[in-house]
Amino acid sequence: MEVACLQRRFIDLTATIFQQEILDSQFTQLQQLQDESSPNFIHEVVSLFFQEAEKLLNELSKALDQQIVDFKKVDAHVHRLKGSSASIGARRVKDVCIAFRSCCEENNKDGCIQHLQQVNQEYYLVKSNLEDLLKLEKQILASGGSIPTMK
Amino acid sequence: MGRRNQQLPPQQEAMTVEAEARFHVLAVDDSLIDRKLIERLLKTSSYQVTTVESGTKALELLGLREDQDTTPSVSLDQHEIEVNLVITDYCMPGMTGYDLLKKIKGSSSLKDIPVVIMSSENVPSRISRCLEGGAEEFFLKPVQLSDMKRLRLHLLKGKTNCKEEQQQQQQQEENNNISNGCSSNKNSNSNKRKAIDEELSPKRTRPRFSNDSLTVV
Repeated sequence: MEVACLQRRFIDLTATIFQQEILDSQFTQLQQLQDESSPNFIHEVVSLFFQEAEKLLNELSKALDQQIVDFKKVDAHVHRLKGSSASIGARRVKDVCIAFRSCCEENNKDGCIQHLQQVNQEYYLVKSNLEDLLKLEKQILASGGSIPTMK
Repeated sequence: MGRRNQQLPPQQEAMTVEAEARFHVLAVDDSLIDRKLIERLLKTSSYQVTTVESGTKALELLGLREDQDTTPSVSLDQHEIEVNLVITDYCMPGMTGYDLLKKIKGSSSLKDIPVVIMSSENVPSRISRCLEGGAEEFFLKPVQLSDMKRLRLHLLKGKTNCKEEQQQQQQQEENNNISNGCSSNKNSNSNKRKAIDEELSPKRTRPRFSNDSLTVV
C-alpha cells in the first residue's frame, strides 16, 4: 500500500482516537519518550499494559463471581487497573475505573458487575485501536515512510 | 612537581570528572508499567537509573537491612550501591513509600539522600504527611517529563562535594529566604547542607577534599 495512503489512515485514526478520548495526552507524552535509544518503548509499554489489564480483568471477574464478594480485593484490583491505564493514557478505561471504585466503596455488587462489563468494553476498544495504530506505524516505516507527527 | 603549571590540581580534576558523572536515581514502584515509565523518564533526563519493585529491595540495595538503623561499618553486602536520590511510589504492598521514607530518614548513613514520593491520588493529608516526614517533593502520577527537571534541584542539595555548587545553593537559599518561597522545604536549610559526612563507608568512592586544598580558580 502506498505510503501516503497509510499516513492518511494513521492521521485519521489518531484523530478519532483522541477525539473520542480513547487515549489522552499521556499517550502523546509516551510517544515523545520514544527515540533512537529506545525505539521499542511504546510497543513494550503497550504490551505490558495489555498483559496486566487482562490479568486484572480476569481477577475481577473471579472476585465478583464469589458468593460473598471481597470488596477490598476488588477495589485493589481496580486501583491497580486505574493506575496502569492512567500511565498509558487509556482515558476511558481510567474513567470507568474511577466510577468502579465508588461501587466498591459502597459494597455495591450489582454496580460493580455493571462497571466490570463497562471496563471490559473500554479495554477492548483501546486495545483494538492501539493495535491498529501500531500496525499502521509498522507498515509506514516498512514502506520507507515516516510517522506523521500530530499536534 | 610542577603543580602550578597544571590547569587543575589532580584532586579538583577528579572532582570535575565526578561532577560530570551522572546522578544515580533509585526508583521504587510495585507496578511494572510505572517502573518502565519512570526509567524512561529518568534516562531521557540523563540520570543513571536502578528500578526495584519494593521498599524492602530498595533498602537492601542501599545496604540497610530492615532491622538496622545504620549500614554496617564493614560493608558485607555486594549489592550495595551509591544513590543520589530515591523516588518511590506511595501505595505499595508491604512497605509503603512513606515507610521507606521513614527508614531512610531514620538511618544515620542514608538520611541525607533526598526522597521524592509519587502517588496517583491527590490526598492533601497524605502529601503533608510525606513532606513532614522528610520527603523533598510529592509528584502526582502519571509523572511527567517536566517533573524530572525538579529532581535536579533536590539532587544538587544532596551533593556536598562541589564547593561551587554549595555557593550556588547558598545563593539560591538566600533568595528563597528573601522571597519566602518553597512550601515543601520543611526542614531547616542548614540540615540539608552538611559538611563532608565523616561516616562515609569505604564503598563511597567519590573523592573527598577539604576546602583549603582547593585552588581558587
